[in-house]
Amino acid sequence: MSVLVFVEIDNGSIKKSSQEAITYGAEVARMTNATATVLALGAADESALAQAGNFGATKVLHASDSKLTQENNMAYADVLAQAALQEGSSVIVMAKTGLGDAVAARAAAKLKASVISGVTSLPDLNGGFKVTRSIYTGKAFASVDIRSEIKILAIRKNAIEVTESGNTATVEPFYPTLKDASFTAKVTDVEKSNAELSLSEADIIVSGGRGMKGPENWQPLIDLAKALGAATGCSKPVSDLDWRPHHEHIGQTGIKVAPNLYIACGISGAIQHLAGVNGSKCIVVINKDPEAPFFKAADYGIVGDVFEVLPRLTKAIENSK
Amino acid sequence: MKILVCITNVPDTTAKITFAESDTKLNKTGIQFIIGPYDDYALARAVELKEQNGGTVTVLNVGEAEGEPQIRKALAIGADDAIRVNAEPTDSYFVASQIAHIAQQNNYDLILMGRESIDFNSGVVHGLVGEMLGIPSFSPVMKLDIEGSTAKFAREIDGGKEYMEAPLPLVFGCQEPIADWKIPNMRGIMTARTKPLQVVEPVAVDDMAINEKYTQPAAKGECKMIPVEDVEKLVTLLRTEAKVL
Ligand SMILES: Cc1cc2nc3c(=O)[nH]c(=O)nc-3n(C[C@H](O)[C@H](O)[C@H](O)COP(=O)(O)OP(=O)(O)OC[C@H]3O[C@@H](n4cnc5c(N)ncnc54)[C@H](O)[C@@H]3O)c2cc1C
Ligand SMILES: Cc1cc2nc3c(=O)[nH]c(=O)nc-3n(C[C@H](O)[C@H](O)[C@H](O)COP(=O)(O)OP(=O)(O)OC[C@H]3O[C@@H](n4cnc5c(N)ncnc54)[C@H](O)[C@@H]3O)c2cc1C
Repeated sequence: MSVLVFVEIDNGSIKKSSQEAITYGAEVARMTNATATVLALGAADESALAQAGNFGATKVLHASDSKLTQENNMAYADVLAQAALQEGSSVIVMAKTGLGDAVAARAAAKLKASVISGVTSLPDLNGGFKVTRSIYTGKAFASVDIRSEIKILAIRKNAIEVTESGNTATVEPFYPTLKDASFTAKVTDVEKSNAELSLSEADIIVSGGRGMKGPENWQPLIDLAKALGAATGCSKPVSDLDWRPHHEHIGQTGIKVAPNLYIACGISGAIQHLAGVNGSKCIVVINKDPEAPFFKAADYGIVGDVFEVLPRLTKAIENSK
Repeated sequence: MKILVCITNVPDTTAKITFAESDTKLNKTGIQFIIGPYDDYALARAVELKEQNGGTVTVLNVGEAEGEPQIRKALAIGADDAIRVNAEPTDSYFVASQIAHIAQQNNYDLILMGRESIDFNSGVVHGLVGEMLGIPSFSPVMKLDIEGSTAKFAREIDGGKEYMEAPLPLVFGCQEPIADWKIPNMRGIMTARTKPLQVVEPVAVDDMAINEKYTQPAAKGECKMIPVEDVEKLVTLLRTEAKVL
């Protein structure tokens, strides 16, 4: 029996969110006297995959078929289900991401498994299999009693701290049967932002709102992000006004983030914006209005003009390095 | 072209969420229910696609009778008819099984959903339904056009988007800017009253997962205010106190 962990690879290495999923899977394996096996799809270096051992996995199944290079939830779920049957896995774990949710869902329908997305705790195994999940966009939690034999869990970012053991995992090739029906869609074009850091994976995010006044004023915010190694985000009106690209829009109707540090610059803190950031460990708010609602959700606040505060903050970060 | 739009009946985005009956049920007092905002995008695009390509738009909700005002609103926005599966929607698998069951009887070309429900936030129903029907599913999709029997669409990926093409039938989880939300006009509201709303009983599905108890996040501590002159102090606090740098 093994706990199976589906991982995502980016630029040849295991994504941070997937490292958390492996740590989670390895912990469940320890609790149930099992081992953790990782499933990796598409092109990846064996040495990068062996790193899964560092986070607690003992084995990696690598399906390297070139057809699997392209993100494809239908084919990926098919491969995952085949791996789960081979490994006799009753617990399947992955990071909650767009791809993770889709693969989890499709695999669940194949395996008649329950799929719980947004898991924030390790299971409680006293008399069943219970986990906590985030609901109402972070405004509440639910304790879920999972009854199905096979359980698929998509883990919310920052739900578990990555632990590193220094071990490496053995990497085995995996040869799934692929169906033509999974490959009817074709990609005609790709638009990737040139930012090296994606919002959902970033540990630090610097985000701007309407208080930034216009797209031409973003440089001080970008400078701070650079100094911190952070990704940049924005509020909905900012992306609606095309000041910033849509994929930076954070909140209830945009991307939900859970970084260690979220710095909000000229954002009022509307409930719909807060819904996208309430998983953050630490929130800093910079706003010239002391009554801005965001301060109520913040850990640290500065009442001031962003155009004065941002450069000073950037300098202070650089000086302290 | 036959389009199915699946809508959730959810608390308004500004609703204060509290629980009742020993924290086992949502406290609905004072809560305004709405069509899920992502489902609203899906509906708006469905109505536009119908206007461009002809066909019908059916809305589907798995839920109790209290959700009918939201279903009527969807009809007022431009859907032609509606189906309500009369059940308390208790988990994603249950809901997806009901949707798949309805879809199997009706051969829709397109099944449009929201990217995720704003109450349980799973983002899984489109994948479940796609797999149950054996057809591809894509989410989150921010652009969608139909040419003949091909869908041309853009989906968001980590830090960018992919433009894709695939043959119908397909399932999509939608998000902005796929369309602008539509507000029903007077004529829409009048005609919605007489559009067909069929109520059907659910198919049986095993209990997969039960939400036993709800809790609220711990209250946030005081916000520590730092004078503008002391931004350097903030950096120190972030490093030594919050330990996030
Ligand atoms: C259904 C629905 C869904 C929504 N989803 C989202 C969502 O996902 N994400 C989202 O962000 N919003 C969302 N909204 C919109 C939300 O309600 C707010 O309108 C929005 O978040 C406000 O953006 P903002 O804070 O940038 O702008 P504003 O509310 O205009 O705030 C600007 C802030 O900047 C401050 N400011 C101005 N100048 C300066 C300066 N020089 N220095 C410092 N501070 C300054 C002001 O004091 C003010 O607090 C949604 C709304 C609805 C109805
Ligand atoms: C009074 C009440 C009580 C509820 N109690 C529970 C509960 O205890 N546990 C629970 O898991 N859910 C409950 N829900 C149901 C919840 O609203 C969702 O319908 C369901 O859980 C699926 O959520 P999800 O996060 O998996 O959807 P997602 O996968 O995030 O939804 C994606 C899309 O699927 C479609 N969809 C989802 N649900 C429905 C639906 N019901 N009808 C039509 N289309 C839909 C929508 O287009 C949605 O945007 C309750 C709803 C109500 C109104």
